[in-house]
Amino acid sequence: MKAFWRELKENRIPYLFVTPFLLVFAVFVVAPILIAVGLSFTYFNMIEPPRWVGWSNYLALFLEDDVFLIAVKNTLLFAAITGPLSYALCFVFAWLINELKPKIRAVLTLLFYAPSISANAFMIWTVLFSGDAYGYINGLLLDLGIIDKPVQWLVDPQWMMPIVIVVVLWMSLGVSFLTFIAGLQGIDNIYFEAGAIDGIRNRWQELWYITLPMMKNHLMFGAIISITNSFAAADQIQALTGNAPTDWATWTIVQHINDYGYVRYEMGYASAMAVLLFITMVLVQRLVQRLLRSIG
Amino acid sequence: MRLRISNRRLARSAAGDVTILIFLGLGAAYMALPMFYAICQAFKPLNELFIFPPQFLPRHPTLDNFSDLFLLMAQSWVPVTRYLFNSLFIVAAGCAGNVVLGSLAAYALSKHEFKGKNLINNLILFSLMFAGSVLVIPRYLIISYLGWINTYAALVVPAWGTTLGVFLMRNFITHMVHDSLLEAARIDGASEWYIHWRIVMPIVKPAWLTLVILNFQQLWGDQGSLFIYSEELKPLPYALGQIIGGGVGRAGVAAAVSVILMAVPITVFVINQAKIVQTMGTSGITGE
Repeated sequence: MKAFWRELKENRIPYLFVTPFLLVFAVFVVAPILIAVGLSFTYFNMIEPPRWVGWSNYLALFLEDDVFLIAVKNTLLFAAITGPLSYALCFVFAWLINELKPKIRAVLTLLFYAPSISANAFMIWTVLFSGDAYGYINGLLLDLGIIDKPVQWLVDPQWMMPIVIVVVLWMSLGVSFLTFIAGLQGIDNIYFEAGAIDGIRNRWQELWYITLPMMKNHLMFGAIISITNSFAAADQIQALTGNAPTDWATWTIVQHINDYGYVRYEMGYASAMAVLLFITMVLVQRLVQRLLRSIG
Repeated sequence: MRLRISNRRLARSAAGDVTILIFLGLGAAYMALPMFYAICQAFKPLNELFIFPPQFLPRHPTLDNFSDLFLLMAQSWVPVTRYLFNSLFIVAAGCAGNVVLGSLAAYALSKHEFKGKNLINNLILFSLMFAGSVLVIPRYLIISYLGWINTYAALVVPAWGTTLGVFLMRNFITHMVHDSLLEAARIDGASEWYIHWRIVMPIVKPAWLTLVILNFQQLWGDQGSLFIYSEELKPLPYALGQIIGGGVGRAGVAAAVSVILMAVPITVFVINQAKIVQTMGTSGITGE
């Protein structure tokens, strides 16, 4: 105890500096995790006080809630596709753009980054893929004679998931992309010159032997951000395929959480889902990090 | 910041160049065409929005959609300036708080030694590994417990605890602020408070500008419908969203709204692009 006070007194300045941030962080990030875990074992409808129900929320999720199981399948499938793909796109485009002259580089960076920051610009995809003949894609295909009647892009389960993936990838060149752009610009040219002298013959060797190892830390950070985002997409999906998509073909866990939380006020049940999603995300992060480290 | 100045054109095959250009061109088309189409829609008269076959470019470009939008907004019972004020206030207060609290923490976490520092750093890194969407329900409960429902605080204060910005600032300070500079200031008798605001902050301006941008995008897009139900406290994107909800006849106006909503964050990014890229350069995670 005495040592604790001495530590506090000796380092009071850094403690004072971190305390305000930590307080907000504790209340809005740490506490919510703990509350979610606690609530997940209760029945809670915001009106009556929470009632302890043990594991029954978790059991109900897996035994009684068919839509949840579909949502789990969709979320995992969606994350498994968009996570790695978006990560790869972020890197490949950053790498290609980096080869260009600074002016063009700045313009292309903006072009690729813009969709991820443009508020609700993704709504334009609902116009492009609108199910009637006025939808741009339908109109184009009809006009060219490729199809003879409009395709219900956002209602036909066959098309919904691929379209949602196209749209989410479209707006996924965000923080990771900028990180890679910056990381690439930070590699000193002497490494490439030295590489050329050491017998690096083409850009693929250069990428493999110089660029990637030099960017290891950026690649790690980008992976974390890409994985987090791949599990979180919900707003765009909701906007594209609505509150009750056909056969729940694009329904994800986050949407299911919001549905139970804010529409049905079953906070305990929704919390159980949130806890499971949280655990999944963290496990996947750990797994991928281990994988990336073992490659590097 | 090191820039690649020399022109390195060694080891480049023509076939590779062509492949790369084609790939880059396809990527650029995928990214840019929908955005461009969104902009085109805003300048089409209503009858052109519903013709078959649909046209990409407007045939008779018009500003009608924008003037209709301003007309509609002029009629709303809460003046548009109020929505605009709400948005600006929420964005400004959220960004300012995050910069002040976040930068103080980032300075302490990068340049001071104290017990618990590693734990805090690990917690911040850990918090980047899951999406905020798993926390929405308990957050809602906390905010309502604090009595912040239907106040600006419900949107502003949680933004102060955003960890991505602190993480980026901490790395940036570690890389860009030299210990010798801090030592010199301490020998001259400067307080840590003074050092932070007068020495560290000017050096890491790119980092806190990045923090502002990232928060700006987050807060600007938030309609706040979960926490705020008084019409006169709602932000601009909400008001614009209501206008879009007006049905088919509003399709042109809705397109104009989208353009306005996306123009703001893009403009802010363009102004600060160089600074942001500089910050992201230090964002790497050091392996074990």
